[in-house]
Amino acid sequence: MSIIVENLTKKYGEQKAVNDISFKIETGEVVGFLGPNGAGKSTTMKMITCFMAPSIGNITVDDISVNENQSLIKKKIGYLPENNPLYFDMSIVDYLRFTAEIQGVSKSDIPGRIGEMIELCGLVREKHKNINELSKGFRQRVGLAQAMIHDPEVLILDEPTTGLDPNQIVEIRKLIKELGKQKTVILSSHILSEVEATCDRILIINRGRIVADGTSETLRSQADGQESLTVHIAPLNEELEKSLLGLGSVEKVSAIEDKPGFYSIQSKPNMESRKAIFDLCVKKKWYLLEMTGIETRLEDVFRDLTN
Amino acid sequence: MKKTWIITKRELASFFDSLTAYVMVVLFLGLSGIFTWLVGSNIFVNNQANMGVFFGIAFWSLFFFIPALTMKMVAEENRLGTIELLTTKDITDGQIIRGKFFACLILILISLICTLPYYITISQLGNIDDGAVIGGYVGLLFLSGSYVAVGLFASSITTNQIVAFLVALFIGIFFHLLFDVMGTSTSGILGSFFNYLSMRVHFDSISRGVVDSRDLVYFGSIITMGLYLAELMLSKRNWQS
Repeated sequence: MSIIVENLTKKYGEQKAVNDISFKIETGEVVGFLGPNGAGKSTTMKMITCFMAPSIGNITVDDISVNENQSLIKKKIGYLPENNPLYFDMSIVDYLRFTAEIQGVSKSDIPGRIGEMIELCGLVREKHKNINELSKGFRQRVGLAQAMIHDPEVLILDEPTTGLDPNQIVEIRKLIKELGKQKTVILSSHILSEVEATCDRILIINRGRIVADGTSETLRSQADGQESLTVHIAPLNEELEKSLLGLGSVEKVSAIEDKPGFYSIQSKPNMESRKAIFDLCVKKKWYLLEMTGIETRLEDVFRDLTN
Repeated sequence: MKKTWIITKRELASFFDSLTAYVMVVLFLGLSGIFTWLVGSNIFVNNQANMGVFFGIAFWSLFFFIPALTMKMVAEENRLGTIELLTTKDITDGQIIRGKFFACLILILISLICTLPYYITISQLGNIDDGAVIGGYVGLLFLSGSYVAVGLFASSITTNQIVAFLVALFIGIFFHLLFDVMGTSTSGILGSFFNYLSMRVHFDSISRGVVDSRDLVYFGSIITMGLYLAELMLSKRNWQS
């Protein structure tokens, strides 16, 4: 069940919400769309789920194009839209039955599937309640349950954890990870830690374009060509900064504000300066009180790419 | 057809859950009952065993009730975003619109069935023309179908129910009244054209108990047109700008 997106473009009037995006998602991948608000994440999802037709380009799900047979694609996809719209006047069980019927689940399977979904999404105690009586977290679970009711091969979740409390977020993430073992999952988020925790692969989208594509490690190391360190050296002296710069591998030294004796050091590309700094301190009889390597955070990668 | 019926079932259930159905039936029965039996030029004033009075009242009350019934059908889904949930499932836009159409029509049919005791009572009072009664009911059903289709179209162009209601009434008033007035005030080809567009002309013709193909074409075209336009507005999200 691979999803292939080719030269996808969506125009709203003059503005291109999605601008010439291409990517391929393989079976069993959990892919996160990451990007600031208005980057085109939801629009891309809406086109994959056949809600909107692309202006230019093509999407194929399992070799079926969205321009050809939408009915077949819709059956293979389970979709949780942004803001999780639901029919508030229905009870959970009625609503799930309605969804199952529309998605063509055979009549004899429907009660079983509803039971399974209610179990899986932790709705057992609430199942006879009306949806308008549920809290936001439970509504989100109903949204997930309706997306999965027909056992789709692809799950597309637009911001699945917005509005949930921390415990619920952890639970939903766990659920997504679990589902990702058998299904292809695409989820969007602007919360970095979430994408990092749940996804095998991250697509960073900005202003309708893909600006990065890879696992969280590869993205980090891409931005991470240069080693950065923080050191704390005593005693304070004038010579310090100059001698650190004198080391062959050090490119930049800057004193950290409000913290006397602390310096942040950036090494030259592909060079390592920790040993040299240690040796320098030994030679000059300074005390090296602290030396920490700074791992580039995904936040920094994200900010670099989307600003 | 199966998918259409799933939508119809849900909408009907929602009518009954939200009391809309009961309010509709009670108001319709109350209004038509009062005017048929108690006040104005009621049946006893006319002193004739026919249901003309009732059909005259229903002709107007349905004109106001139907937009109130259809206004939320698509507009509410647009507003809440549930339309996105629905259209990304294995169902076509046409099936969604037709499902909603049948749900409204069935509710109106239920209201009309509830007026059958009127017929039974009147038939006890004198010799009633059964053909005209059947014609009248068929006429009301066609009229309702037309206004439901118009109402669904009005509902599909907006996210605001009030706007949907007013637009449906605005379009409806042309068929209901204005074309009739224009038809009688102009003569020649234009006059007969407006006359043909008037709902009353066709309703009267059917409720005399004569089912003419001209009338069927008229109602059929309004229903088809309304449903087609509603479907078109629903698929607007796919349009390229």
